[in-house]
Amino acid sequence: MIRPMLGEAWLAMGANRLRTALTMLGMVIGVGAVVIMMAIGQGAQYAVQQTISTMGSNLFIVLAGSFTTAGVRSGSAGGPTLTVADAEAIAELEGVVNVAPTHQGRRQLLYGSQNWNANVIGTTPPYLDARAWTIANGAAFGDSDVRSATRVALIGKTTAQNLFGDENPVGKTMRIQQNPFLVIGVLASKGQNLDGNDQDDTVIIPLTTAQRKVFGTPFLGAVRMIMVQADSAENMQRVMDNVESLLRQRHRLREGMPNDFFMRNLSAAAESEAETTRTMSILLGAIASISLLVGGIGIMNIMLVSVTERTREIGIRMAIGARQRDILTQFLLEAVMISFAGCLLGLLLGLIIALAINAITGMVIVISGGAALVAFAVAATVGIFFGWYPAQKAARLDPIEALRYQ
Amino acid sequence: MSEPVIRVVGLRKSYATAAGEFPALKGVDLAVRPGEYIAIMGPSGSGKSTFMNLLGCLDTPSAGDYFLAGENVAHLSPDALARLRNRTLGFVFQGFNLLPRMSLQDNVALPLVYAGVDKDTRRAAAQRMLEKVGLGRYAESLPSRISGGQQQRVAIARALVNKPQLILADEPTGNLDSHTSEEIMALFGELNAEGITIVLVTHEADVAAHAKRQVRFLDGEIVSDRLTAEIVEQHA
Repeated sequence: MIRPMLGEAWLAMGANRLRTALTMLGMVIGVGAVVIMMAIGQGAQYAVQQTISTMGSNLFIVLAGSFTTAGVRSGSAGGPTLTVADAEAIAELEGVVNVAPTHQGRRQLLYGSQNWNANVIGTTPPYLDARAWTIANGAAFGDSDVRSATRVALIGKTTAQNLFGDENPVGKTMRIQQNPFLVIGVLASKGQNLDGNDQDDTVIIPLTTAQRKVFGTPFLGAVRMIMVQADSAENMQRVMDNVESLLRQRHRLREGMPNDFFMRNLSAAAESEAETTRTMSILLGAIASISLLVGGIGIMNIMLVSVTERTREIGIRMAIGARQRDILTQFLLEAVMISFAGCLLGLLLGLIIALAINAITGMVIVISGGAALVAFAVAATVGIFFGWYPAQKAARLDPIEALRYQ
Repeated sequence: MSEPVIRVVGLRKSYATAAGEFPALKGVDLAVRPGEYIAIMGPSGSGKSTFMNLLGCLDTPSAGDYFLAGENVAHLSPDALARLRNRTLGFVFQGFNLLPRMSLQDNVALPLVYAGVDKDTRRAAAQRMLEKVGLGRYAESLPSRISGGQQQRVAIARALVNKPQLILADEPTGNLDSHTSEEIMALFGELNAEGITIVLVTHEADVAAHAKRQVRFLDGEIVSDRLTAEIVEQHA
């Protein structure tokens, strides 16, 4: 039953090509708009995801608490409340992947006649894993360097360029506050973080070296900050809670006493940024689908005209035995075919324009099969929804009236 | 005698108009036996078209019973009526009513589409019918390429394709010249000779003269019902 009707729907579409083409145009523009908007929205989401992944995922930091001397409050991480032993204890917790006690600050660097101010981070090897940082050139320092406080450094791309120019920094000796450091590796570039800070303007040195030679420390083993990486986003909150209760226990804080440390979720900010782009891409899709709706109304309009024009044909078909549902199917099929053909062309058009946008502006676009599938489902729904009323009207015609129609 | 193909008992049909109920048919009784060839005559407004619409299952009566092939169809659902139009009846119209975008073969095969017959069988049956009316070689042509008389032959082929028990023809020669009309009436004569029951509506006496029995309508009632042979005798 459906097969001969498909052929007839094809004939009917071919009978007035210009009209069919114009009707389709509504769907072409609608689907095209949805495809382009989704490609751009998903592209923006992808770009944000990329930035987030350079920061390292599922990270939080524990900062040493503040302390007050003679009414002067120190600000966070001012007090000597966190120790390397705390970090070692946190590493034993379930769900913790990497733990890195760190101490950082800006310091002046010297090499030959050049000098440069960069962010100096004193830490342990797990820091590189937690931040998903790789070595582009040279090698990382190991636990033995931390134990013996060797004066070695890993430097970021920006630092390398400003201090060493075109020279290969690996094997060179630079100075941080009079202390010579051997550069053993250059870090792979990460670009900016979400705050716009250049993550490549960095020097990473062993924690112990940093404490003894660069920053100084109230007592050996005290750290200002511990970076912790959880194994998954779902476990994040649980791990944070466990760390909090562990530290309270280790610091012998009684019920009701405030924490002598702070905790901050680094991924939260990134997630809210991702949420914003997600909202934006949904909004873009919603606006684009309004044009799909308009396209659908165009189909309904033309199908109504078609039913009126073909009243006599409908009468003839009924006289020779077409049931109401046969007439309904025929007109519905026609509407769906127009809708589908329009959708296919729209998909193609959207794809071409999205690729053109990418080629011309360099904007990141992501074309997913899911978006195409959604567009198709919508086109079928639009065809059936807007084709239903005209088809119903055709099927309900009185055969005698229809046969008399001129 | 065999069971009638059509038996109509006290058939009434009235329409609501601005001036009140208008009775188009005021109680009609008629029986048509298999193999009969009947002409229904009468001036316009006599109720013959209303009667044909009821016979053709395009409409339902206000009162009375209509037995088609033994089944009372007076109050069937639209789908059941569509099935009867498809399988039991064959229509021939004054205006031919072929679908202009389809080839002649597809036109003839259309009732078989609605009967759910597969493609090869449809094509073969349609071709057989086209050959029967002498137009086998035009199978792939469009209706606009052939003459009015030929179009009416195609319409007859379409009416026959589903092997109906009855052919209903409404002014089948109304749009044709006298020579072509003769050809079409000859074709009806041949079909009747093969045993097909035919009911045709006409207002032309010489067309009615081809039928074996003539029924005359006036003001919604049958006023005469005689065999053509008797009428000829009377005039002789």
